[in-house]
Amino acid sequence: MDLEYAPEHEAFRESVRDFLTRWPLNGAEAQRPLEEQEALFRQRGIDAGFVYRGVPKRYGGSEQKSDAIMDRIIREEFYRAGAPGDLANQGAGILVPTLLDFGSEAQKERFVPPALTGAETWCQGYSEPGSGSDLASLQCRARLDGDEWVLNGQKIWTSGAQRAAMMFGLFRTEPDAKKHAGISYLLVPMDRDGIEVRPLREMSGGFEFNEVFFTDVRIPAESIVGERGQGWQVSRATLVHERNLIGNPFLMREAFDDLVQLARTRVRGGRPAIEDPGIRQELALIEGYVRTSEMSDLLQFTAAHRGEMATAMRPMMMNKICSTDTMQRIMKCAYDLLGGDGLLSPLAEELDTWGRTTTSTGWVLQYIFSMGPAIAGGATNIQLNIIGERGYGLPRDLRPPS
Amino acid sequence: MDFGLTEEQRMLQETVRTFALAECPTTRLRELFDDGSGNDPALWAALVKMGVAGLIVHEEHGGAGLELLDLALVAEVFGEAAMPTPFLGHSLAALGVKLAASEEARSRILPQLANGEWTATVALQEGAGDWAPPDWTVRLDGERISGVKNVVMHAGLADHILVGLDGGRLAWVDARSEGVEIVQEDGIDRTRPFATVRFNDARAEVFEGDAGAAEQLVAAAAILLAADAFGAASKLIELDVAHALSREQFGQPIGQFQAIKHMIARLGTEIEPARALWWYGAYAQDHLPEEASRAASMAKAHITERAMGAARESVELHGGYGFTWECEVQIWFKRIMFDRSFLGTPEQHRERCAALAGW
Repeated sequence: MDLEYAPEHEAFRESVRDFLTRWPLNGAEAQRPLEEQEALFRQRGIDAGFVYRGVPKRYGGSEQKSDAIMDRIIREEFYRAGAPGDLANQGAGILVPTLLDFGSEAQKERFVPPALTGAETWCQGYSEPGSGSDLASLQCRARLDGDEWVLNGQKIWTSGAQRAAMMFGLFRTEPDAKKHAGISYLLVPMDRDGIEVRPLREMSGGFEFNEVFFTDVRIPAESIVGERGQGWQVSRATLVHERNLIGNPFLMREAFDDLVQLARTRVRGGRPAIEDPGIRQELALIEGYVRTSEMSDLLQFTAAHRGEMATAMRPMMMNKICSTDTMQRIMKCAYDLLGGDGLLSPLAEELDTWGRTTTSTGWVLQYIFSMGPAIAGGATNIQLNIIGERGYGLPRDLRPPS
Repeated sequence: MDFGLTEEQRMLQETVRTFALAECPTTRLRELFDDGSGNDPALWAALVKMGVAGLIVHEEHGGAGLELLDLALVAEVFGEAAMPTPFLGHSLAALGVKLAASEEARSRILPQLANGEWTATVALQEGAGDWAPPDWTVRLDGERISGVKNVVMHAGLADHILVGLDGGRLAWVDARSEGVEIVQEDGIDRTRPFATVRFNDARAEVFEGDAGAAEQLVAAAAILLAADAFGAASKLIELDVAHALSREQFGQPIGQFQAIKHMIARLGTEIEPARALWWYGAYAQDHLPEEASRAASMAKAHITERAMGAARESVELHGGYGFTWECEVQIWFKRIMFDRSFLGTPEQHRERCAALAGW
């Protein structure tokens, strides 16, 4: 065990920090819209070899030799600087790794580059009204007609569908096969005739997710990723990527630091709330969980780096629940600190920002949003089944034959 | 950057675990629980022979020269095994001597502790909740000390006692000397019996180390208790899984019901990731001095409380049998009670974390 970085890695960290002094942009560049600034800087990060290191150059990545410690240093430093690095959205975070594993050469060339820059945005078409935790029961149909797939049915909880240019989704292509074996993974342009996106209003008041209806939508036959009937396996790989996105300990530490700051500024009985023994207890208790996740992340990182991932399988399965629960503890404590200010509705402009906010109404919004991860990307109850069955060897639930 | 164990550390754990499984089976623990002695001289003698008594003693003093993490890895295994030996008190006494004594005293005392010729323990806690060095009140008058310490582990076996004094100094006392009165208590954890010790003008050798050494000692103790509780909770989850697989109701193993499956998965999620928390705390003691105290308190507060929760759930999961004296769950339940409440409760350690963060 050695928590010091080796001299060559410290030198590498210096080079990353040096690069990051160029963010935020200045001069004329700083006058451009923020999205353009981010895209510009991201491209410089790719050119410098710090961004999209695992993606080949011919698809727009920087194709660096795999080095988990360097990846970690980059992640830490970009995060600290608040600089735009690898996009962590549906396209770059989930679709790209899936295509690199399962896509055809043509698909990689066509879809990976614009997903990396964010020029082409993606949404995920998995859940259906009748298929949530039991996702493999999905009924949205795709029938091959000549050289086109014809899509019919409905998806739901599709975040960002109103903005997305493309959808990757699961469709039933082999109606006579067993349920898992009858599914294919398709790439669908959202501008096709027959696609209707209807927004769903969330309890926060915002409109982020949607219903998507397909009526005789035609897409080319080559829109399939992997083989017919292989969609389930293809999508499992993306779920792992999604859960990794959700289980990021940096987000926990950042939210916890904001919580401590909130406790310093809120007043209880004429004194800063952070002097209240009950609040101190709660903060220290929550930090126990935050620190546990940070160090468990490091333990898993080392296990992966050493090629001994099998020794860290159980904590890895637990990451999503740990981060979900810890974020909820943070938001509940923040909500207590707000007192009566917690009765105000989030502001309209805050509804569009899922991220970090430190206004009272911003905390209200995060308090509501903190329930999302317990449902999205594998509900907590399903995660508990996985931990019980695969982690501890308990017998599988009784399920009707499929 | 590497947050994992070395091959030597794995082998150390494997060696101790193999020994514990073979020599300290539950049947033997039950006998000790019933007769209340809490000590198996043969076990300790064998562990001494394996070098366990001097793990953190420097090599020039006859020890293995290892770090607190190595000691904590052994504590984890002893938690799994509910090992009834003077390991904890003895190791802390050796650490206290190493931290606070002069070179002359170290070379006189430590070889005797490392080779097991002497058995030692520590007298730190006073009253119900005064365990930190600033709380200590045992008075020093010339070369003699007076005052009362409680929860002195395995005091009946000890040849020497390391005592925490008013002002945070540490002193070395011959347990059989005049003015040392050892009153055995009926402790809840029968694998680690303890006594109240009254010092009445007892002769003591006061070490030169200041309160800083004492702070390091209680932080190390917090880590070892956290590692022990982690091992004990891991053992309980193992027992829970075995019970959930073998016990049948409504025609199926109860582990097939989500109520039980989720209960076990929740326990695991509370405990398993926290391994990294005590690893970090243990590592900090030797490598990150500025974070050492806070990391130790955080590990003690978090892990012993999570472990206690797991122990209570484990009783429930075993049904009526879980509530009996016969059921082995009680052995680890009480082991964890000790880890939790000795040398500061989770609440006290959380307040310490808050204070050390400048909140």
